[in-house]
Amino acid sequence: MAARKTTEKSNVSGEELLKYYRDMLLIRRFEEKAGQLYGMGLIGGFCHLYIGQEAVVVGIEAAAKDGDKRITSYRDHGHMLVCGMDPKGVMAELTGRIGGYSKGKGGSMHMFSREKHFYGGHGIVGAQVPLGTGLAFSDKYKGNDNVTFTYFGDGAANQGQVYESYNMAELWNLPVVYVIENNQYAMGTSTKRSTKSPNLWERGAAYGIKGEAVDGMDVLAVKAAAEKAIAACRAGDGPYILEVMTYRYRGHSMSDPAKYRTREEVQKMREERDAIERVRELLIGSGQASDDDLKAIDKEIKAVVNEAAEFSKDSPEPDVSELWTDIYA
Amino acid sequence: MATQILMPALSPTMEEGTLAKWLVKEGDTVTSGMIIAEIETDKATMEFEAVDEGVMGKILIAEGTEGVKVNTPIAVLVEEGESAEDVAAEPKAAAPKAEAAPESSVKADAPVAAQPAAKLPAVPQPDWPEGTKMKSMTVREALREAMAEEMRGNENVFLMGEEVGEYQGAYKISQGLLDEFGARRVIDTPITEAGFAGLAVGAAWGGLNPIVEFMTFNFAMQAIDHIINSAAKTNYMSGGQLPCPIVFRGPNGAAARVAAQHSQDYAAWYSHVPGLKVVMPYSAADAKGLLKAAIRDPNPVIFLENEILYGRTFEVPDLEDFTVEIGKARIARPGKDVTIVSFGIGMTYALEAAEKLAAEGIDAEVIDLRTIRPMDTATIIASVQKTNRLVTVEEGFPQSSVGNFISATVMMEAFDYLDAPVINLCGKDVPMPYAANLEKLALVTTAEVIEAVKKVTYR
Ligand SMILES: Cc1ncc(C[n+]2csc(CCOP(=O)(O)OP(=O)(O)O)c2C)c(N)n1
Ligand SMILES: [Mg+2]
Repeated sequence: MAARKTTEKSNVSGEELLKYYRDMLLIRRFEEKAGQLYGMGLIGGFCHLYIGQEAVVVGIEAAAKDGDKRITSYRDHGHMLVCGMDPKGVMAELTGRIGGYSKGKGGSMHMFSREKHFYGGHGIVGAQVPLGTGLAFSDKYKGNDNVTFTYFGDGAANQGQVYESYNMAELWNLPVVYVIENNQYAMGTSTKRSTKSPNLWERGAAYGIKGEAVDGMDVLAVKAAAEKAIAACRAGDGPYILEVMTYRYRGHSMSDPAKYRTREEVQKMREERDAIERVRELLIGSGQASDDDLKAIDKEIKAVVNEAAEFSKDSPEPDVSELWTDIYA
Repeated sequence: MATQILMPALSPTMEEGTLAKWLVKEGDTVTSGMIIAEIETDKATMEFEAVDEGVMGKILIAEGTEGVKVNTPIAVLVEEGESAEDVAAEPKAAAPKAEAAPESSVKADAPVAAQPAAKLPAVPQPDWPEGTKMKSMTVREALREAMAEEMRGNENVFLMGEEVGEYQGAYKISQGLLDEFGARRVIDTPITEAGFAGLAVGAAWGGLNPIVEFMTFNFAMQAIDHIINSAAKTNYMSGGQLPCPIVFRGPNGAAARVAAQHSQDYAAWYSHVPGLKVVMPYSAADAKGLLKAAIRDPNPVIFLENEILYGRTFEVPDLEDFTVEIGKARIARPGKDVTIVSFGIGMTYALEAAEKLAAEGIDAEVIDLRTIRPMDTATIIASVQKTNRLVTVEEGFPQSSVGNFISATVMMEAFDYLDAPVINLCGKDVPMPYAANLEKLALVTTAEVIEAVKKVTYR
């Protein structure tokens, strides 16, 4: 891991830490369940799991306020769960049922919630970057102080439209935080094989955009960096780039044989850097929670995920008439 | 309570797989996330992780077993202290998951479904001499062989795209090519379609013969400006000075359950553009012969493949240098009552329908267009002059479809021969939905072809 920032942990309350623990665990258990349902044929097509990257979205969202917007790629389940979307609706979309956020028409890669300001769920690598920039444009235009989080991957960072967006965002001071989720791989291509830029966040400098690298396996570090970036945006001093160094434990999608990295590399990350373990240790070490407290949370989350899975199986397929709805507004 | 472990689906198109290897034995403790087996899918060998915890009670499917259907119980996980024998006695009790998959039946009917290896009917094949020795190969192997042969024959041919090298191709078309030709000629790109498509056009002007693989044609939308404005038009704009010998290839059209942004047929789109040639093979023989011809062609060729067809096996002539001329349709099945024109995966439905119609006494002639542009309209007209009825079948959207162009041409050139209005069958006029039931409805089907044929033959 390149970036390793030290953060003050002294002022973090047990309550707050427990919330991050809970949010990250919800994502992990939800994704494990999704993987299981995929194996059973209940989920089809492409399904990209977020396991390993939980601290990124939980840390960023911890600094958000009501009204802020977010947009991301196809690896979107975690983002939806953390911004308050209902796990039942997300899982039912994965199974392609009417109870899903897109009535079953979008699937794993394409979900949206206007209510929670979640703008998708996009399948074309890099496409969400100008879209997120445009969401920020709308807030600036209206004169409010909302910020848009535009998440994209290390692979997406090589798409030209990212740089067209950077240029406009800085030119017009748009309130957008670009969150590069650098999980070190774009499918089977490691960042070392796709670019010679040592740091992706530094590319913003060519456009005059401030940025920094952040340890994405440390939810508190992510939150601290997000607070800084968001404050700059709210003060009219946007945009801002956060390159969050993270790791995905699973294959790129369910059908990735993952021969491009060793089992040991993944295992080492899981054992030494896991973001959930880190918070667990903090909680136990500081006496802010007991083993039993955490067990109770685990159980609670398992129940939430199981309920979502049940709902996603019981919810009926969309009525055939849905084929012809929503084509035009 | 014991838990059954079921054969997992590990890719969007997987129906069955080989249980290549067990990495645990009976009695071993299994933790969540532990890799317990290796499973070969239609595309790759995958590691299979346990979800539940427990002790491996019984292995139900031995390693090395091929053709294990998705959702078949492959092992039983028991709890500490529980015996595998108890479990073997009550396998049903642990199987709620199997019932929870009503969709698997839906899935089985999806277009991906185990369609039988297509055998082309025995009709005269003008593409190779009679008596030529044939070999069986998949479309995937045929495409790979075509590229390898052309790369051996011409030092200036190179392959460029995302994951074509070290990953061995996202859909394994380029498997082994990096080993044979090295990183100078099999080039992994960053995810930057507009950039590498434009770069490849420049390289073609510089005297090379690029093959650009788009991971799928959906992503070629990022690069479509270079395909059309740079590759297709420059020969004309330069008064013939700058031809562009390049192939843009990759899977096109719907795969299975990958939703609207990943399921689209671009045949009609590219067929609109002067300066481009557009090829869309169905069989492995055509995939091989046409790709070789495309690589040699001095013009930009859009080569539209199909993920679902990649794994299908066909007979391919065993010739040293087999090519198929671009711009020639093939009569896949001669008949006298009605003409069905299709191309690419649409041929699956056209041929299946023709087979079923034959049983009802309707003798359909099926034409595989193979090249969309320049189109062999002469073969279509000749057929319509004989059958007087025409149905076209494609996966793309209805408005301005390939079928629309065929209809217009037939109307202009053979109006008096038509005994019924032409029917253009297409995908439905909606973005591709994800839900299994809706996706099925959005795609063109064999049943629709049969219905259309009956309509134009007034049955
Ligand atoms: C324009 C485009 N090109 C290619 C793809 C196929 N594809 C999907 S995800 C992916 C890798 C993206 O990697 P990254 O941006 O690092 O995100 P991650 O998957 O690691 O979250 C590729 C090549 C696509 N969806 N869109
Ligand atoms: Mg990545």
